[in-house]
Amino acid sequence: MEGVTSWLGYVGKNYDDILQATWEHARLVLIVIVAATFFSVILGVLVQRNATARAMSLSIAGIFLTIPSLALFALFIPLVGIGNPPALIALFLYAILPILRNTVTGLDEVSPAVVESAKGMGLNTWQQLIRVRLPLAWPVVMAGVRVSSLLVVGIAAIAVLVGGDGLGTFIQGGLTRLGLPGSVESVWVGTVFTVLLGLVLDAGFALVQRLTTSAGLRI
Amino acid sequence: MSERSMIHLDRVTKVYPGSSVPAVEELTLGIEEGEILVLVGPSGCGKSTTLRLINRMIEPSGGNIYFDGEDVTDVNPDLLRRRIGYVIQQIGLFPHHTIGQNIATVPKMLGWDKKQVAERVDELLDTVGLDPAEFRDRYPKELSGGQAQRVGVARALGADPAVMLMDEPFGAIDPITRDRLQNEFLRLQAELRKTIVFVTHDIDEAIKMGDRIAILGERSVIRQCDTPERILAYPVDDFVDDFIGAGSTLKGLNFERVNSLDLPEYPTMRLGDSLEVGLAAFNGGHQEWLLLLDAEGRPLRWLRRADLTRSEGQLRDRGHPVRAHVEPNATLHDTLEEMLNSSTGASVVVDKRGRYLGVVEIRQLVEVIRELRTEAKEHYEALEAAST
Repeated sequence: MEGVTSWLGYVGKNYDDILQATWEHARLVLIVIVAATFFSVILGVLVQRNATARAMSLSIAGIFLTIPSLALFALFIPLVGIGNPPALIALFLYAILPILRNTVTGLDEVSPAVVESAKGMGLNTWQQLIRVRLPLAWPVVMAGVRVSSLLVVGIAAIAVLVGGDGLGTFIQGGLTRLGLPGSVESVWVGTVFTVLLGLVLDAGFALVQRLTTSAGLRI
Repeated sequence: MSERSMIHLDRVTKVYPGSSVPAVEELTLGIEEGEILVLVGPSGCGKSTTLRLINRMIEPSGGNIYFDGEDVTDVNPDLLRRRIGYVIQQIGLFPHHTIGQNIATVPKMLGWDKKQVAERVDELLDTVGLDPAEFRDRYPKELSGGQAQRVGVARALGADPAVMLMDEPFGAIDPITRDRLQNEFLRLQAELRKTIVFVTHDIDEAIKMGDRIAILGERSVIRQCDTPERILAYPVDDFVDDFIGAGSTLKGLNFERVNSLDLPEYPTMRLGDSLEVGLAAFNGGHQEWLLLLDAEGRPLRWLRRADLTRSEGQLRDRGHPVRAHVEPNATLHDTLEEMLNSSTGASVVVDKRGRYLGVVEIRQLVEVIRELRTEAKEHYEALEAAST
């Protein structure tokens, strides 16, 4: 009980800094998710009908996820220096797999009869993709986007180690001062606000998913 | 089979990569304006492939396709398909579009203005028997199988194409609904006069829907292509005979109507005539039965000679009641059915008011069947003579 009170006191005192860090954290995540969505949907469309390309791209995206995050973040420092850039690249690579996999699955699930009738009515390949196949795969793609965003929100806390910003600064700051006043509270601020941000973003993406899915596809 | 056919396939061939046997081999076929040509054959004969070659869903490996005299073998296939209605068994409505949007697909692509498209959608929903106000804004998931198929037909009619291709359109629908949809479609076609190529594996559906039927064998080789009447009367070979199956003569009776028959004299007498009139009528012919009519000329009873001379009871209570009667536009198939139900093996023909017109007996049906066969046989012999 005393812990909670002192934590709330800490939050009250550092309110502006916490909001600032949360916003920076959210910005990292959003940039990464938007970029990864564009990239993965395009890649998914390109590889879906080619068994080899599809297996290869899914495997590679899977391998990115298994690279320890600490190492992956650091790997890009020689290329782009320290700060947010190496963090953005690493998070981007993590975000690919769920969206790519769901794009491919979503496109697979489009009924062949619907595509056949679209083609039979004279929709060209591009119109079939934009007007029929992607809209039908979209709810599945968005489910992948939501998984990616939850994944990235957590991992983004590591950005601080390569000089990036976000809620990781509170965690790292607290850990380095462990034992000193306010250190534990600081770690908790980083953790709790990261979780809250994850929930808010997920709710936001759920709303986007609903608004961008045709009423004819809702269950 | 001239250049004036609406659709003309000229030695069209399809060989799939990696296969040495062509799926369709040098197929030449003309489809005339306003007719329904049914492609029918055992599964795997290539009838669907043939259909899909026409709108180039499958690109032919050889040969030419003409539309109304225009060679469309090499035109942009997407533009070609917008001119052809296409209905498939699984329908393939766009689940994320409303019924209205589905039907508007092709008109919108062709750049019709909004008002024109909206009017067309309502008109088509009306045409296929769905209330526009009720269905326009619904989604496909809210439709029954029969309703979805109607919308599929409406969508194919979207931009009023001259040609429709239908691949087993009623194949996945329960028999009762299918029968209704077939009848509705035939009624619709009587107004629209589209040029239609229709694929089915069901010979009965082919007989019902087709103005002409092409029976396809392996590699889509045409075994016989003719009107259903002629095919039923004269299957050219064992393959066709096997395929149309037992009962083809009976099915053939569906195409002939009572008013095409010459109804012979039949002994009749009216209620109130003296017995002498009846006996005289019997003496005239060699019929076993006489038909008793009421004062209005409506058939009442079948009477034997003995029934006339018997003294007890009223004339109208003697003999057998007339149970079976048909109108002049009844098919001979229905007439036969009535005949079998009748106590005398004959069916009475009456007009709309129920007044006696004549009597059909089994030997007249036998005669009709013989004539149909002779006519068909002579037709094929003439064709053969012309080709040699």
